[in-house]
Amino acid sequence: MPERLTREDVAHVAYLARLDITDDEIELYTEQLAAVLDHAADVAALDTSGVPPTAHPLPISNVLRDDVVTPSLDRDEVLAQAPAVEDQRFRVPRILGEAP
Amino acid sequence: MTAVEIAAGVRAGTTTARQVLESHLSAIAARDPELHAFNLVITDEARQAADAVDLLVAKGADPGPLAGVPVALKDNMCTRGVPTTCSSRILEGWRPPYDATVVERIVAAGGIVVGKTNLDEFAMGSSTENSAFGPTRNPHDLTRVPGGSSGGSAAAVAAGFAPLALGSDTGGSIRQPAALCGVVGMKPTYGVVSRYGLVAFASSLDQIGPFATTVEDAALLLEVTGGHDPRDSTSLDRSAPAVVQEVRKGVEGLRVGVVRELLEGVDPDVAARVHDVADALTAAGAKVDDASVPATVYGVSAYYLIAPAEASSNLARYDGVRYGARVDGPDINAMYGATRAAGFGPEVKRRIMLGTYALSAGYYDAYYGQAQRTRTLIIRDFDAAYERFDVLLSPTSPTTAFEFGAKSDPLTMYLSDVCTIPSNLAGHPAISVPFRTDGAGLPVGVQVMAPALGEPVMFRVAAAIERAAQSGGDQ
Repeated sequence: MPERLTREDVAHVAYLARLDITDDEIELYTEQLAAVLDHAADVAALDTSGVPPTAHPLPISNVLRDDVVTPSLDRDEVLAQAPAVEDQRFRVPRILGEAP
Repeated sequence: MTAVEIAAGVRAGTTTARQVLESHLSAIAARDPELHAFNLVITDEARQAADAVDLLVAKGADPGPLAGVPVALKDNMCTRGVPTTCSSRILEGWRPPYDATVVERIVAAGGIVVGKTNLDEFAMGSSTENSAFGPTRNPHDLTRVPGGSSGGSAAAVAAGFAPLALGSDTGGSIRQPAALCGVVGMKPTYGVVSRYGLVAFASSLDQIGPFATTVEDAALLLEVTGGHDPRDSTSLDRSAPAVVQEVRKGVEGLRVGVVRELLEGVDPDVAARVHDVADALTAAGAKVDDASVPATVYGVSAYYLIAPAEASSNLARYDGVRYGARVDGPDINAMYGATRAAGFGPEVKRRIMLGTYALSAGYYDAYYGQAQRTRTLIIRDFDAAYERFDVLLSPTSPTTAFEFGAKSDPLTMYLSDVCTIPSNLAGHPAISVPFRTDGAGLPVGVQVMAPALGEPVMFRVAAAIERAAQSGGDQ
């Protein structure tokens, strides 16, 4: 069994998931998520040696289609939905340390 | 009127799509302000579509099997140019540039899309209380939840706003609200209905399915929406199951197993209705016996690792870049963090963090890996049970509709999915059929489960339960 979830774990996964959270939220989520994981202890403790995992209910893989050109979404229609656009592209805040 | 009756009347010219639509729009205007089943009613577009159907009939053409039938769509299915919110602030105002496959098929069959129904944000919840736009109320008792996450679709059908609706079911999100609102709700075999244009929650579990007031209507909508779609790589390469023809067949000789594990901890009134159904099916000629699917007791634990894990990946796309809301920041990580903090509600954040944790280094095998192996155990136990039985019977929900705020603790809410989750994990079809009420007069739903692609036999049994419910009996 893994050790119990800590406040540091919650702060870390919130960072990984790019969710800004407050100290109060960390407190609340630590308690609530630990309760769910405690409930999941039954699954974590099961003897599953030799049991393969199921990732998907269908036995299908590598679905291919014919290599033919089909219509795509209209670029202007798509860009019209974006929060910020410049020169036919999505505009985002600076990514690296370059000047804005 | 049922969908079958409406379509027959419109095709025969004894009523018009416009008349049918106007009566449903009147019902919506009269009562949706108190129920809040809809996030959006698309009155103008619906009137144009109804007039177009009537024009076809006037020209002697056949509009199709849903001719003039109003259909409500859960607001996580894309409608071109029409807002699709998932009841989330992060998608508020977004107008998809394409229609979901199910929308195209409904329109092609002559159906009239009347609006987008409320849901728990991104379909995460069992009460519709997690909607960013406020909860939906149960038409049978305004102090109670309609269930969820497709609570708006269930309430819309129960209130007579539309004879048909579509929902999505990841862990019971069609069947549980159907049970709590006293309507029919069905989750198809995974891959029967295209997920193209369904906003993804947990991709290995999500399926679109019908709500209706009758089993036959649900069968009709499944036939219209099902069948292969090259735009969904998980769509089965086969046509929709033929199920409408099944509803008039009997259940003589069918083997029905009542799942022991799924009756544990269930409200006595709900359990009593399941036993009533077992008796009614026996009287109709089925062979009913006790069944065991032992690994289903691990369903909730496995589901609440697998579904959040998949959700944490699927919801990474809401980053304030291509669509939806953005909260600006000095650099891109600050923008991501602020956008997602402002755009997602508490339950969605909880699931994203839970899933991220279950997938993170050091915990992956203990949680996510174990949950996937447990999924295999559940499938094996179902396979063994289906060697003895054609279908399995259980409650749909361990309780009838509960009051707002009654399950504010997340784990308590998660446990309300105990009876529905196993079919999602296995990818099997399951249907909830209303069967009478509890002592307080609230609707009870009984669930029929079947093996993969067992929809025909499942609909036979569902129709027999419906006939038994209508016959009254000694209740």
